[in-house]
Amino acid sequence: MDYSQFLMMPQEIGLLTVFLLVFLYDTFMPERSQRALPAFTAIIFGLFTALTMCPCLAEGGQAFGGMFEANGATWAIKLILSVGTFLVLLMATKWSNSEFISVRRGEFYELLLLTLFGMFLMVSARHFLLFVIGLETASLPIAALAAFEKRRYESHEAAAKYLFTAIFSSAILLMGISLVYGIGGTLYFNELAMAVALDRSALLITALAFVIAGVGFKLSLVPFHLWTADVYQGAPTAVTAYLSVISKGAAAFSFLIILAQVFGAAYSDVWQWMLYALIILTITIGNLFAMRQRNLKRFLAFSSISQAGYIMLGVIAGNAVGMASLMFYVLVYVFSNLAAFGVIMAVERESGKTTIDDYNGLFRTNPWLAFTMMLAMFSLGGIPPFAGFFSKFFIFVGACQTGSVAIYVLVFIALLNTIISLYYYLLVVKAMFISQDDCVVPAFKSACGERLAMVLCVLGIVFIGLASCLYAGLNEASAAAFPAF
Amino acid sequence: MTIFNNILIYFVIIPLLTLGGLALCTNAGRGIRAIRAVAVTGATALVALAAYLVYYFVTARAAGVQDAMLLRSDVMWYEPFNIKLALGVDGVSVVMIALSAIIVFAGVFASWKMNPLPKQFFLWFFLLSTGVFGFFISIDLFTMFMFYEVALIPMYLLIGVWGSGNKTYSAMKLTLMLMGGSALLMLGIIGIYFHSAPEGSPLTMNILEIAEANAIPHSWQMYLFPLTFVGFGVLGAMFPFHTWSPDGHASAPTAVSMLHAGVLMKLGGYGCFRIAICLMPFAANELAWIFLLLTGISVVYGAFSACVQTDLKYINAYSSVSHCGMVLFAILMFNTTAMTGAVLQMLSHGLMTALFFALIGMIYGRTHTRDIQKMGGLMQIMPYLGVGYVIAGMASLGLPGLSGFVAEMTIFVGSFMHEDTFRRVLTIAGTSSIVITAVYILRVVGKLLFGPVVDEHHRQLTDATWEEKLSTATLIVCVAAIGCFPNFFVDIISGSFEPVVKALNAAM
Repeated sequence: MDYSQFLMMPQEIGLLTVFLLVFLYDTFMPERSQRALPAFTAIIFGLFTALTMCPCLAEGGQAFGGMFEANGATWAIKLILSVGTFLVLLMATKWSNSEFISVRRGEFYELLLLTLFGMFLMVSARHFLLFVIGLETASLPIAALAAFEKRRYESHEAAAKYLFTAIFSSAILLMGISLVYGIGGTLYFNELAMAVALDRSALLITALAFVIAGVGFKLSLVPFHLWTADVYQGAPTAVTAYLSVISKGAAAFSFLIILAQVFGAAYSDVWQWMLYALIILTITIGNLFAMRQRNLKRFLAFSSISQAGYIMLGVIAGNAVGMASLMFYVLVYVFSNLAAFGVIMAVERESGKTTIDDYNGLFRTNPWLAFTMMLAMFSLGGIPPFAGFFSKFFIFVGACQTGSVAIYVLVFIALLNTIISLYYYLLVVKAMFISQDDCVVPAFKSACGERLAMVLCVLGIVFIGLASCLYAGLNEASAAAFPAF
Repeated sequence: MTIFNNILIYFVIIPLLTLGGLALCTNAGRGIRAIRAVAVTGATALVALAAYLVYYFVTARAAGVQDAMLLRSDVMWYEPFNIKLALGVDGVSVVMIALSAIIVFAGVFASWKMNPLPKQFFLWFFLLSTGVFGFFISIDLFTMFMFYEVALIPMYLLIGVWGSGNKTYSAMKLTLMLMGGSALLMLGIIGIYFHSAPEGSPLTMNILEIAEANAIPHSWQMYLFPLTFVGFGVLGAMFPFHTWSPDGHASAPTAVSMLHAGVLMKLGGYGCFRIAICLMPFAANELAWIFLLLTGISVVYGAFSACVQTDLKYINAYSSVSHCGMVLFAILMFNTTAMTGAVLQMLSHGLMTALFFALIGMIYGRTHTRDIQKMGGLMQIMPYLGVGYVIAGMASLGLPGLSGFVAEMTIFVGSFMHEDTFRRVLTIAGTSSIVITAVYILRVVGKLLFGPVVDEHHRQLTDATWEEKLSTATLIVCVAAIGCFPNFFVDIISGSFEPVVKALNAAM
């Protein structure tokens, strides 16, 4: 075996190193040093993220006979996921040292890093086997993470629901993959693409439906979304934050790769129409349900369902611009959603309150938290000059680039939905700035890690859109990656 | 960077600097003085810059510079989509910028005693004006649209936090309706972008290049024109999308009503002209009749609605629907006279509505009611405000010597110049609004100012303070200036329309 091919996966190796260091720290450091574990993890993970920002890693190549591929686009999406995870780690520092969590905080960090490793594999997989391994590594530990607040009944419920859904969706996905294997006789993406392009069979369309449904569960696309709200509500907020942005981003990206590379041009009409219906359902139903939610975590669950619908617009575009705007969307979404979760986490930790009504008058007592939350809502709602506006615009442009009238209609529906979404995002802003309440969340100082994470998120929300170089870089990377399909 | 040599960019930079200055102030104690100082400095700098811009533009045109847009500069922003920070002004944008600067200036003084949270109020206020100025100086579809939305969203909090009455409802209604309009607009812009250049040449967002290439296929124009026209028309209070306007204006605090009715609604008219009509002359010709009907309804319906209202702000809001309808109505007439009238009407309406809202806010601040049934004889009690109100009213009903006369006269003469019977009939119907305007203005003036004093408590009230006098006097002077020297403004404006009218006639 040629060991030099491991050099093709520097980001994975770096992540494993971080994982091992955390593991060693957790196992061998004396009890009195254990309180520093969260900070230690955040720092070395931050170092790892900063190191992988080096553009020299963007070169990449293939490894393991083509099962694994690294290129500029995978480098960029992995970097985006790392940045998001770094923010989650920062936010979680105080929480993971709290009373009931601290005995198991080592496991929290190890499992979290493992899932990220799984996502890295998913993103780079060019073989269905590796993809499934990545997917399972990415999803099963999350069930354990969801159950982390042992003493809360909802946490258990969330874990059970997540576990069953994950297994069920994996089964569906594997069914689809085995059908694909039956037709193509291979699991390599590029060989499959050639094999399935030869003739159109009904079996392959069935397989396609299974694959879309399987990944749809992970992305919580409607009608595969039923687990989302309960899991988001029940899981510890740090895990919810992680689940809502990081795993969604990884799944969306690999979904695009599978659809574009395997089913590619030959079946584009089939999967585009399937996705077309899913997008309309996802955006609309996510929005309609979000309007009625009072619990902020459930609220963000439905909002993230509809956001997943918008992300899918980048997939349906199936071109380089679609891929670039998908990555950009995920990047912006990471910052905006994590800003919102940062505020929720701080307020929940301090006062135990999580409903929208509890946020009434928050601006009077905690102006900075309210400000952060407002920016997050505006960015999620797509209001300029915040980053969300740019990502929405680009993803719409990417979709419209296909030029078909049907896609224009789809974009129109998505745009109408942005108005609904603006309505409920403004409800949060209204609660914080306009509504008055007698029992306001009292003024408090958020923890150092939370504050740092929120400041980073706010900077991201404000500057990602204005600094065009980020999008230009993503565009270049995906334009280089795309002809390979 | 060359872009900083262009004075236009400072129309965005000054409000941003003001924002930065305000962020350093505090609400507590004597902080209010610092807040006022920063706000006044910013607003004054804007007025000075606008005055210089007008001077520059007039001298450049007098010197024979014939470019469609002056002060052009381009900076690449998003290369993959060919989005540039493209700046440039023609006569229409110059007068719009001047209007905005004056109203921001007057608005700062009208909200002198803003309470509570003056710092946050002025922050949002200047963010809104950043959007407005950015919109008028840009000639790139994307940046225009971005600034357009930047100008919309502060309204939600400005009305929601500092408004009065049913403010949360109005704020939400206004924001969602305007954002609905901008959703249509976004689709329209994306559609225009993908058809902006003939097959093979690079796509562009620059409206000058799109207008020149004129490559949007006719079949697409038929979809994109309504999208963009309605998108901007919502903000221009076009019937049946005007319903946000009365509620929104009635609930908004004084300075916000001024800025919103005075400037923001002009963004609608300006956008309809600059994007919908200039870029899609074919569809503009084909579909004008639909929008002429709708705007014609706005003109008459708004005026009739104003007649039956008893709340001062509602009266003025419906009168705005009528007057802004006239702007869109005239723009759709596609000849230089009517279009010049439309821009004059934008100016005139902007100034006089701002004046109206300022005065209404000042009266409301004293009497705590806006219901005309509960007030009367105010002329005896507060003569300064009373006289101001009469002047605004006279401008609104078109008394010669004030701005309203010039604008409406030009509009109706220009509209009647059409040989088309349909347009002439509509014009005749539209002129009836002048009579109706007189009815509701004179009714209010008579009841509010000259009748007997209804509430004896009102006798203790005081007249305008110095900052209120300054705010209203600025606006009155401008209203009179347009009324007395219309040619100065017409010369600035009308040159911009000739190429457009030519393109429209060619497409017919």
